[in-house]
Amino acid sequence: MQPQIAFQQTDTTDLAVKMALNNLSVYYKDFRAIKDITLPVYEHRVTAIIGPSGCGKSTLLRALNRMNDLIPGARVEGEVLLDGENIYAPGQDVVDIRRRVGMVFQRPNPFPMSVYDNVAFGPRLLGLRKKAVLDEIVERSLRAAALWDHVKDKLGQSGMALSGGQQQRLCIARAIAVEPEVILMDEPTSALDPIATLNIEDLIQTLKENFTIVIVTHNMQQAARISDFTAFLSMDDDRAGYLVEFGPTVDLFTNPKEKLTEDYITGRFG
Amino acid sequence: MPRKVLETELQSLKAQVLRLGDMVKQAMLDAIEALKHRDIEASQRIMDTDQQINALRFDIERAALVVIATQQPLAHDLRLLASILDIAGELERMGDYAKGIAKINILMGDKPLLKPLIDLPRMAEIATTMLEDALQAFVHDDAQTARAIPQRDDEVDALYNQIYRELITFMIQDPKTIDQANYLLWAAHNVERMADRVTNICERTLFTVTGEITELA
Amino acid sequence: MNESIYNHIDLPSNYRRRKITNAVMLSLTGLTVVLAVIPLIWITVYVVMKGGRYINLDLFTRLPAPMGMSGGGVLHAIEGTFVMVTLASLIAIPLALLAAFYLLARPNTTLAHALRFSTDMLAGIPSIVIGLFGYAVIVVTQKHFSAFAGGVVLAIIMLPVVLRSAEEMLKLVPGEMREGALALGSPEWMAALKVVLPAAAEGIITGIMLGIARAVGETAPLLFTALGNDNYEIGRIIRDGIHYHQSLGQILSNIFGQPADALPLTLWKYAQQPYQERVQLAWAVAFVLMVLALGLNVIARLWLAYRRRKLYG
Repeated sequence: MQPQIAFQQTDTTDLAVKMALNNLSVYYKDFRAIKDITLPVYEHRVTAIIGPSGCGKSTLLRALNRMNDLIPGARVEGEVLLDGENIYAPGQDVVDIRRRVGMVFQRPNPFPMSVYDNVAFGPRLLGLRKKAVLDEIVERSLRAAALWDHVKDKLGQSGMALSGGQQQRLCIARAIAVEPEVILMDEPTSALDPIATLNIEDLIQTLKENFTIVIVTHNMQQAARISDFTAFLSMDDDRAGYLVEFGPTVDLFTNPKEKLTEDYITGRFG
Repeated sequence: MPRKVLETELQSLKAQVLRLGDMVKQAMLDAIEALKHRDIEASQRIMDTDQQINALRFDIERAALVVIATQQPLAHDLRLLASILDIAGELERMGDYAKGIAKINILMGDKPLLKPLIDLPRMAEIATTMLEDALQAFVHDDAQTARAIPQRDDEVDALYNQIYRELITFMIQDPKTIDQANYLLWAAHNVERMADRVTNICERTLFTVTGEITELA
Repeated sequence: MNESIYNHIDLPSNYRRRKITNAVMLSLTGLTVVLAVIPLIWITVYVVMKGGRYINLDLFTRLPAPMGMSGGGVLHAIEGTFVMVTLASLIAIPLALLAAFYLLARPNTTLAHALRFSTDMLAGIPSIVIGLFGYAVIVVTQKHFSAFAGGVVLAIIMLPVVLRSAEEMLKLVPGEMREGALALGSPEWMAALKVVLPAAAEGIITGIMLGIARAVGETAPLLFTALGNDNYEIGRIIRDGIHYHQSLGQILSNIFGQPADALPLTLWKYAQQPYQERVQLAWAVAFVLMVLALGLNVIARLWLAYRRRKLYG
């Protein structure tokens, strides 16, 4: 019998791959922002993307729900598979992809409307009109975002009147109201104070039971704290971001395979 | 309270330390019991158990390092982890003492004991209880208990001295017993050392709670 | 070996000099503030003193008395201004907002550059030239002056003001707001209407108020288009319309189809007439115009404050 400590899983054999990037490159006009990135995103796990500024972390994240489509001149090579299907294949519906792959942004961006309407925005967009069902979704989503107890008496109040951390949780509630499968988070705590940051981090741990999470963070310690897997990106001489190392967070932060990763996580980079 | 992950992992590490302590305690009691009944097979099993003890110690160490690397523990949390690293080592050494006693039983072969063992099991009883209490005090941040436990070491020392004198008398009276007596002396010494190391655990507990390194008697 | 820089510096005298400079500069800025406020206060006090005493109910409810007679009011001008500015707003505001959204969504297309350039040009054209244009295109074609023509030229004057301020305000809305809606699968137009527009509402309203204030105060373009009409009275037009069983379209065309007056136009005309009563009326109009501009401003600010309280708690 081998004694095992259960809470640090590094074995990936039992994990399902929710999304997979195959040789993904993203171009802005002639500039290649990221090149040939191949990595898996495991279901019900938190995958962190770290790396120096400008290495294309956000570009990579935005490629996962085709938010780059909004930028004129942006172009993608390679594949992004969601449950085995390429989201860039012709005939894929962008709206449906974004419904399945939700997003939370760097700065909390509640819409200029009530807390209730913020959360109900997505479901209404999809054509849900029944008040009773909407009420239930709003409550469920706010509960899942650990915000319900704070706002249940002021659902009619503007979402912008909440504190920064609460706004970000509102945005998370808004994202999960449409029951996505994957949630992308683009530096979700960089505009928050330390306590609000830790609260969001705890929330992420709860959320991964129901969702698959990909998070970009320039806070390396945060990646270490909350993620199960980490992808470390760096920049080439041509300023294109590439994948240096991907692996279980535990391995990457205690025994990285690449010298460059070690230099980066120990602060001896560049 | 925030820091759910850190909190869970610290609790889990404490549980693993308790488990390691249990394994060590059981190994020691079993080793003495096997010696008492000259049960060679049982001693062989104890030698095998020691590998599990060693493996768990390394698992705890690895896990503690991962928590330090990924969770940025500070203050009490950091002292707790440093203590866990230290205590895991102490427990592993205690496991080695048990293993040593098992080995002595095997080395003694088919020779009978000089006399029925009475004081040695008593010593082991006290030492393992001390260990158990010390680990409980550690996981509960109980500085008061941790401070009191080392006093019980006097009892162990007294028993050890008694066994020592007894065995020396045997050897003087009949030099043919030197081999046998020496083996037993060794076994008693191992138990005595184990009790000493319990004091180290108590010191770590005080360090975890107060942040100060105190030399306990 | 390294000599300290302080061997070469006289610190006390340096500090003294800096303190004096600071005090002088501070007094200068204070002075300019006073200088900037003086004209405003002066004009206000002057207009209140000259026009305030002629303010009475008749001013708002009666048409002008015949030349040389005392009494009467400027109801015709108040209603004319209201009709033309309303028409101008209905034309200019939706157009300006749509164009601003276009500029926001496609900021670098040729059309966007052309739009921005022509709006800037338009803002720079003297308003009297725009009036002349209205005369040539509308008055000459229709063969008569009208409130409609006045409203159209006022719309042309409002358009660049509202458009450029709306564009600036929309640009200030964090891109993440729009992206947040798009990330939920919202189409562009809905993100714009439901999320971006409300977020920029404060600034846009301010821009619209500016545009309206500009339109309310314009005189020159109305000379060639609305011309002026001492007998313009909506109440009478509507009563007559009902009396003669006219359709709503006919009544509206009567309201917009005839020459109309406006407050600044009346002020300009009356101020140069030789009759004491008319000059007094002109001063009263000046007072009303000022109160109107101020009132618009105050209402806008109150509304913004209310909205801000609602949004940000």
